[in-house]
Amino acid sequence: MCLAVPARVETITGLQAEVEVGGVRRAVSVVLTPEVRPGDYVYVHTGYAISIVDEAEAAESLRLWAELAESYTTEELFPHMAPSSER
Amino acid sequence: MKYIDEFRDPDLARALLGRIERRSRQPVRLMEFCGGHTHAILRYGLRTLLPDHVDLRSGPGCPVCVTANADLDRAIALAHVPGLILTTFGDMIRVPGSAHTLQDAKAAGADVRMVYSTLDALKVARVNPDRQVVFLGVGFETTAPTVAAAIAQAEAQGLENFSVLSLHKLTPPATRAILDAGEVQLQGIIGPGHVTTIIGADAWQFLPQDYGVPLAVAGFEPLDILRAVADLVDMIEEGRPGISNSYARSVSPEGNPTALSIMDQVFEVVPAEWRGLGTVPGSGLAIRPEYARFDAGRRFEVDPGPTREHRGCRCGDVLRGTVTPPQCPLFGKACTPARPIGPCMVSAEGACAAFYQFGRDPL
Ligand code: SF4
Repeated sequence: MCLAVPARVETITGLQAEVEVGGVRRAVSVVLTPEVRPGDYVYVHTGYAISIVDEAEAAESLRLWAELAESYTTEELFPHMAPSSER
Repeated sequence: MKYIDEFRDPDLARALLGRIERRSRQPVRLMEFCGGHTHAILRYGLRTLLPDHVDLRSGPGCPVCVTANADLDRAIALAHVPGLILTTFGDMIRVPGSAHTLQDAKAAGADVRMVYSTLDALKVARVNPDRQVVFLGVGFETTAPTVAAAIAQAEAQGLENFSVLSLHKLTPPATRAILDAGEVQLQGIIGPGHVTTIIGADAWQFLPQDYGVPLAVAGFEPLDILRAVADLVDMIEEGRPGISNSYARSVSPEGNPTALSIMDQVFEVVPAEWRGLGTVPGSGLAIRPEYARFDAGRRFEVDPGPTREHRGCRCGDVLRGTVTPPQCPLFGKACTPARPIGPCMVSAEGACAAFYQFGRDPL
């Protein structure tokens, strides 16, 4: 019931927006996110945009995780798979 | 799709799993509050991918499941009021109250209509001006602002035949109730991503402060959840409980101020009854007296009759995290999604339904 999906805002008329999600256009209310602009991504829950996606934060999460992955060798990441491991 | 696919990257998932494996030494039990997380965890097989000593327990985060039978019975009785149209999210239609479901009421002639949004419920009220239209308000902080917005809109438009039966509930007090009961020892909590989008990550500060339990807010993709587990493991191993937020693309420290303010304008905080938790102080939302005419509870007097519990169903225990669904003797036998005995087997967010759908996870 707390499901929300990311959707791209195409147009805004008053407190209503047209969004695109997975190739389908839908009308949603932006009464809870009045500062939204066309081109923003929003999380949509039961026909209402409940948040505007923070693109910088999304990119930062992915960058951090990638960095974390690169800073370990395979043996470090999967000690149980390394044949010479003492575990 | 953007903001979905990149958060399912298998290489990054392996990297996060490796990190958890490396860092985690002591056995930990973590609770995912939200039924949406339970669903995603089982769907992506994360329970089996995580090290054995990282135990995940599902919590009370399924609004349909935690609705008490007495409240379900009231809703079903309301549906039988002559001429009334009851609108509800689909999840509620098949949930058994003491004896019946809304589907039974519909079969018996009641006008029960499924809607995807309160906006649809308002539309039903507009096109049926000579009928009373009630929306069944079930849901946590994620949903409550959308219902408050609908009530405010009904008032602005003079839509006098629209009202709401508010069974809305608040998640932090329920989390407190579970920790206070102390039946399950929890070392960390995976925080509900969309609830926290509304209330803000700071609303969970009481967990590390008062209970010494860390919380990691998570989105609903596998990487979000693994990142939350990794953060919790780090905080537990370092003995430094705090709040982490791996869902910062939607969740801010202070939440959504517009949503919080409309919620507060329309609703007031009251005690509420939860399946499995009993009456929890300060955990429900009732419609304020200023909006009394939009309160279906005040507008219609119904007699739901005596309340009965579902015999043998352990849904209440599942919601408290004291048992896992396969530990219920009826699971997968007398109780299946096709013939559900308790609400935990009905809702898409119910832990029993998720365990049933995505394989019988080893205990
Ligand atoms: S399996 Fe069915 S009977 Fe058992 S706890 Fe879950 S909903 Fe209740």
